[in-house]
Amino acid sequence: MKDSQVITKDIIAQHGLADDEYKKVIEILGREPNFTELGIFSVMWSEHCSYKSSRVHLKKLPTTGPRVVQGPGENAGAVDIGDGLCAVFKMESHNHPSFIEPYQGAATGVGGILRDIFTMGARPIALLDSLRFGLLDRPKNRHLLKGVVSGISAYGNCMGVPTVGGEIAFNEIYSNNPLVNVFCLGIARKDRLFKGTAAGVGNPVLYVGSKTGRDGIHGATMASDSFDEASESKRPTVQVGDPFTEKLLLEACLELMETDLLVGIQDMGAAGLTSSSCEMASRAGNGLELDLTHVPRREPGMTPYELMLSESQERMLMVAKQGKEDEVLRICRKWDLDAAVVGRVTGDGILRVKDQGKVVAEIPAKALAEDGPKYERPNAPPAYQEYLQALNFDALKEPKDYTATLLELLDAPTIASKRWVYQQYDHMVRTNSMVRPGSDAAVLRIKGTNKALAITADCNGRYCVLHPYMGGMIAVAEAARNLVCSGAEPIGLTDCLNFGNPERPEVMWQFILSVEGIADACQAFNVPVVSGNVSFYNETNGLNIYPTPIIGMVGLIEEADKAMTQWFKRAGDAIVLLGATREDVGGTEYLRVVHHREQGEPPYLNLDTEKTLHACTLKLIREGLVQSAHDCSDGGLAVALAECCVSVPTQPLGAVVRLTGYTIRRDALLFGESQSRVVLSVKADAADKVLTIAKAMGVPAAKIGTVGGERLVIDVEASKQASACRVDAELKTLLDRWGNSLERALNQA
Amino acid sequence: MNFGVIVFPGSNCDHDCTHVISSVLGQKAVPVWHKETSLAGLDAIILPGGFSYGDYLRTGAIARFSPVMGAIKTFASEGGMVLGICNGFQILLEAGLLPGAMLRNQSLSFICKDVHIKVENAATPFTGLCESGQVLKIPIAHADGNYYTDPVTLAALQANAQIIFRYCTPDGKVTPDANPNGSLDNIAGIRNAEGNVLGLMPHPERCAEDVLGNDDGRVIFLSMLDALKEAKLKTVVA
Repeated sequence: MKDSQVITKDIIAQHGLADDEYKKVIEILGREPNFTELGIFSVMWSEHCSYKSSRVHLKKLPTTGPRVVQGPGENAGAVDIGDGLCAVFKMESHNHPSFIEPYQGAATGVGGILRDIFTMGARPIALLDSLRFGLLDRPKNRHLLKGVVSGISAYGNCMGVPTVGGEIAFNEIYSNNPLVNVFCLGIARKDRLFKGTAAGVGNPVLYVGSKTGRDGIHGATMASDSFDEASESKRPTVQVGDPFTEKLLLEACLELMETDLLVGIQDMGAAGLTSSSCEMASRAGNGLELDLTHVPRREPGMTPYELMLSESQERMLMVAKQGKEDEVLRICRKWDLDAAVVGRVTGDGILRVKDQGKVVAEIPAKALAEDGPKYERPNAPPAYQEYLQALNFDALKEPKDYTATLLELLDAPTIASKRWVYQQYDHMVRTNSMVRPGSDAAVLRIKGTNKALAITADCNGRYCVLHPYMGGMIAVAEAARNLVCSGAEPIGLTDCLNFGNPERPEVMWQFILSVEGIADACQAFNVPVVSGNVSFYNETNGLNIYPTPIIGMVGLIEEADKAMTQWFKRAGDAIVLLGATREDVGGTEYLRVVHHREQGEPPYLNLDTEKTLHACTLKLIREGLVQSAHDCSDGGLAVALAECCVSVPTQPLGAVVRLTGYTIRRDALLFGESQSRVVLSVKADAADKVLTIAKAMGVPAAKIGTVGGERLVIDVEASKQASACRVDAELKTLLDRWGNSLERALNQA
Repeated sequence: MNFGVIVFPGSNCDHDCTHVISSVLGQKAVPVWHKETSLAGLDAIILPGGFSYGDYLRTGAIARFSPVMGAIKTFASEGGMVLGICNGFQILLEAGLLPGAMLRNQSLSFICKDVHIKVENAATPFTGLCESGQVLKIPIAHADGNYYTDPVTLAALQANAQIIFRYCTPDGKVTPDANPNGSLDNIAGIRNAEGNVLGLMPHPERCAEDVLGNDDGRVIFLSMLDALKEAKLKTVVA
């Protein structure tokens, strides 16, 4: 048996354990580990499972609040939404597997996050995806995007959980390290939340779901390492998804949770049987004895090492009440699932693994789950930071033709419509989708109540690389603004922090500042972080991705019929701009597309200003004064106005806009990405009331135009400092450039 | 009235159908596990959408062997109303309760979006409350909705007014551009020769409530209910 293998320095290095870490293993065990134990330590102490580089910094995030039912530390977070219900949600990354094998990588990313949600006793009701790819002129990037989209589509559609939105951005920096982050929202009864705990000494431990195979062994370790040319050879570490089995597992688990049979439950995600067993035991302060002889398996001859480290998908570990195991097995068999009693809870705090009557591993559960190494890694700003932030805007020429520039921006895949993608996702199943993909946030009604939930995922990686603190704050602010524009009050968030190699001081510097930015914004908006995920080592051949802390946020709409969308509704409505426009051009999409620069300070954000804007927008929507509300983000005011015209799923509407009294440069006015701005359309006779309310609340507001016609016309009046200019485009041109751009980019030869 | 909603392993629109039957129609919805062999006490049967058995083979190819299918055949042969939506339609085709077969969408991709369908025959128990030629806006969500059959069967479907719904433009023109998946003759839904079994690819249960911004699908369920009540009335009178 392999377990008698001698542990050499090479083997330790292959397992990704540092010398000090290995010493600590010996200290904990009081002896050298055997091969199986080494494998168990290596996955549990991997960056992916142990958060060893991030833990100390994540403490800065606010995680409490009156609505918080479950904060970080469980399979997912939960916030109270009233009516005895809570919203259960989390976001996770599957970046590394998706680069190696885009279809299965993305598919199993969906599968993993779904299990995190239904493990809590919640029925998943919606998915979002945040994706990052390199530019689409490279065939490889088109292949990755198509593979990821079909993987998400195949898994989510089969599960019957709608994929209702998300975001996609393109930048060359993600060419060799795409990001695939999946967010899932579920609804659970507040008094029926389940946790991953192995309480009650003597209670039986059950294995439920797919058989264990040799797939995904060391997936967690792979996800904790950088990439190079040889990475594609790591394909066997990517798991293979089976959404049909997961659907059966979902229904079986929810049926089991209706009964009174279970004590605790946890999915076997990264590090499979190892992490689920030691984490459940550790949370309860107990031990757990596993007998691998009974683990259902796909093929004979699997070693304890392989069984403990396999990341085969669609598996759950459950702790049942004593004497109830047969009842649990009966329900599992109804759903044609493999299920077996594989162990019991013990009182000695030890994870003890047996195979064929022999003990093959014996490790304190808490040492694995909680006492892993923690690092306060060195951090320092990168040498190139000054260059990045230095932008001589005066040296850049203004466009000659503003209409052409607007069309060029609408055509940029980051801004263009993502219809080609979301049409491949079932975004309506479960019949809750009140606002489908294509507005600022998706809105789902909550059956049995008058309420609805809005969800969104946001982050601008370019802002974060230019100014990690500001970038982190803006990610939170934009997510909240998207919810507010949909009529929702933000009530909780989850984050998926995608960064480069934490062993590089500049990456740690980016990480620490981004987390501080997120923390400060959360504090200001009173939105707690209830779950999250860190993905480090997004580095290929020494090139690190932009810091990309994606924020998934949930908002509550007390009266579902007050849900709002971003597109213009009726000719004759007045267009009102809330918020002030500054000369914010650093880090904009305009700068990248037109001037081929990714430089400067990102847009300025003042948290108080932003918060007041949220309060004002919500008040106006709740009072029924608003016909549409759209956040100004990528591409600035001109792009926001164009989207208000053409993003409607039915008949587009034009607009005539006149911008007067602005002294800043015209490109900054039209395409700058000043924060804390919202474009509203309101009934003509309500415009004065809207302006009065906004001004009373201290929010700058101006009527800038009227909805209607077959064109979008934006006239900028001359001022002493700047000349007049004009955007004038037919709706059908806007629609074609914005609506079909992604499909064109993907179909290029 | 009692509507049975069949639950195959992998069905995922079963809850949506029971929701419409109970919350919108105010009728009783009974989930029927695929291993059941009796449909006693049920007035109509719905085969919901989803991915029965994962649809890893041809869609519906395994579900047709489910124990409940025998009972459904008997139910249909006795004149009971059977509605198959999306995967339910695919299963009815595989089971031979409706003629023809489904191919992959012409685009080879899953498509989820609103389409328009024209009611070609309003004289059926599923469309009784529609106007003939009425256009309904209803979402589709499938990868295999490209209906195909041989020319002889197609001629018979056309001759017997068995084509109930065709994909069309918003103003009711049946054109190639309005066809989302390559379906033969723009077919979106057909009935059997007897008229009591209907299959359609669009999802009426997804657009049966105002809160979702579209209730065009409700008329199909209301028509079924109307037909059931009428049939019951006739038995009472007889």
